[in-house]
Amino acid sequence: MNNSNPTLRPRQYQFKLVLLGESAVGKSSVVLRFVKDRFDEYKESTIGAAFLTKTIALENGDTVKFEIWDTAGQERYKSLAPMYYRNANCAVVVYDITQTTSFERAQSWIQELKKQADSNIIIALAGNKIDLSDKRTVSTIEGQNFAEENNLLFFETSAKESTKISDIFTQLANKLVESRAIVAEAAAQQQSRAQDTLNLNNRNAGQGSDTCAC
Amino acid sequence: MDEEYDIIILGTGLTECVLSGIFSVEGKKVLHIDRNDHYGGECASLNLTQLFRKFRNGEAPPEALGRDRDYNIDLIPKFMMANEELVKALVYTDVTRYVEFKLVSGSMVCRDQKISKVPATVGEALVSPLLGFFEKRRAKKFLEFVGNWKEDDIQTHNGLDLDKHTMTQVYEHFGLDTNSQEFIGHAMALHLNESYKTRPARETIERVMLYVTSVARYGSSPYIYPMYGLGELPQGFARLSAIYGGTYMLDTPVDEIVCDSDGKFVGVKSGNDTVKAKLVIGDPSYFQSRTRTIGKVVRSICLLEHPIPNSDNADSTQIIVPQAQANRKHDIYIASVSSTHCVVPKNFWVASVSTIVETDNPIAEIEMGIKLLGPIKERFDIVSDLHVPTETGAESQIYISKSYDATSHFVSVFEDIKDIYKRITGNELALSKRPTAEEEQAAFESNR
Ligand SMILES: Nc1nc2c(ncn2[C@@H]2O[C@H](COP(=O)(O)OP(=O)(O)OP(=O)(O)O)[C@@H](O)[C@H]2O)c(=O)[nH]1
Ligand SMILES: [Mg+2]
Repeated sequence: MNNSNPTLRPRQYQFKLVLLGESAVGKSSVVLRFVKDRFDEYKESTIGAAFLTKTIALENGDTVKFEIWDTAGQERYKSLAPMYYRNANCAVVVYDITQTTSFERAQSWIQELKKQADSNIIIALAGNKIDLSDKRTVSTIEGQNFAEENNLLFFETSAKESTKISDIFTQLANKLVESRAIVAEAAAQQQSRAQDTLNLNNRNAGQGSDTCAC
Repeated sequence: MDEEYDIIILGTGLTECVLSGIFSVEGKKVLHIDRNDHYGGECASLNLTQLFRKFRNGEAPPEALGRDRDYNIDLIPKFMMANEELVKALVYTDVTRYVEFKLVSGSMVCRDQKISKVPATVGEALVSPLLGFFEKRRAKKFLEFVGNWKEDDIQTHNGLDLDKHTMTQVYEHFGLDTNSQEFIGHAMALHLNESYKTRPARETIERVMLYVTSVARYGSSPYIYPMYGLGELPQGFARLSAIYGGTYMLDTPVDEIVCDSDGKFVGVKSGNDTVKAKLVIGDPSYFQSRTRTIGKVVRSICLLEHPIPNSDNADSTQIIVPQAQANRKHDIYIASVSSTHCVVPKNFWVASVSTIVETDNPIAEIEMGIKLLGPIKERFDIVSDLHVPTETGAESQIYISKSYDATSHFVSVFEDIKDIYKRITGNELALSKRPTAEEEQAAFESNR
């Protein structure tokens, strides 16, 4: 799948992206806007599908497929599993510009990522809900400074009004493909997946018949 | 916390997480609590710091062992048989989208201090050093019988009634000697002792079928193993549960199981809060007064800097030392995995030696298995009690799982899952197929 031969164009990349942030900051809304260009005002938590993909094209014709992991609410009581961070190539940490605690929480998520995730991981920080600027409690400069100090991409977004949402993902995509380490890592992951891991879903796998043992 | 739930689940071991996933998918409102700050309960996979916290009083791991996060060491060593029900459950719930698996390279048995591959096909039986010349032909006949068996075709039954004839009678029927009986009963049917021989043969024949069909799935061995360790399995099912609305609270003490005056479950008390639910499911450690001990298992986790000697340099293998070889009543099991499975850093292997405890000196009981490993870098010994519930839960609405036993696969774990499910719902567990990631994506994109 991953076409890593540098002389062949266009190239196709695939990256795992994890979303992090306090409950109700708009993580699922950011994904919904990005994947379906839609917004739900009174949305229940996404039940049944917190794992989606979206492919975007870069200017040079290469494509980047994001495998998006949403927390499914497991972050609410700090109960995310290590599985969630495993092999993540990039992360979007979201806070709500009207909730100071969510900004503090975003900072601790970033520390957590540095501890748990791959050291090359690329992180974007998104201050969401800027359509509610009259209730703003976290200033742009605070977010920006924190992002600069920690070498993060920074955006102020609105999933509701579709402000800067696609920018997060295109900038992440560009930065990811520029990083040789990450491209190599993602390619190696996919290769190992293709090569010697088993496809359990394929009922005809192996040489023998698949008669029931029960 | 003052919400009310359908089900509270205590402990994030595999049994609990599978049930959590199943009930959440069925639309039940589930709250899942663990007193530990990590998933997996008794069957977690630990990193170095967690391992040293548990076994060495929090002593710092030696530098030479490498990075903390390169370790995922299973507390309960097991492999999955490719065709067992847990694997079917993984496929049906599509938890396979979160976990990747590799084939375990070898399935071996130790005889007269020598290690050889367990023959699982007719072809292998014919060249196996475990069997003498005449014995090879008899073993071939037996394996053909198992392979051809059709329940509703009496022609294939060879005059045997699996519910009436004992396994000893079946062995006699095929003229199999004690050598063959040892590898069939212990290395293929995976019985831990000799008591199976006097029971009806069906159980053993079915286990041999499971072995043979599991080998047939991917070749070379019947066992598969998840990348990053067995702890990925509870995590995968927990993720399933969360996606279907399950709430997770780790690192949360459980102070009291609250019951009404009739002894019926009301809720779980943690700190000053009591969360209510219709019923509770949990592992034995949360219900010590409602369980009893039925035995002990000794397990020794050994870090090695080499593959197990004489195992063909396998990156992973199971070796069984049948009880007669060790002058014991129960077999000794060795399960070994390595950096190939992302459970230890490069150039490390981990081998776990285990058996059912028969004496007052359990560590000495596994010595024969330990000797097969060569030099050991670090060793962690655990002796644990096997607990079972003393009640069905029908009256109290308290449903307790069993401890993880000494078997090397998940057959008994899944039996327990099915049993608890049936005790709660009154129905047999029937999993419906969850859409794959691709199907879910397509559905998501088409509904605007
Ligand atoms: N005004 C405004 N509301 C938003 C925006 N993004 C999300 N919301 C609302 O904020 C609430 C929470 O959004 P979610 O996307 O469910 O938040 P989440 O981070 O996924 O929450 P959890 O799944 O509980 O962790 C919903 O009511 C959204 O409609 C935004 O940009 N502007
Ligand atoms: Mg959400």
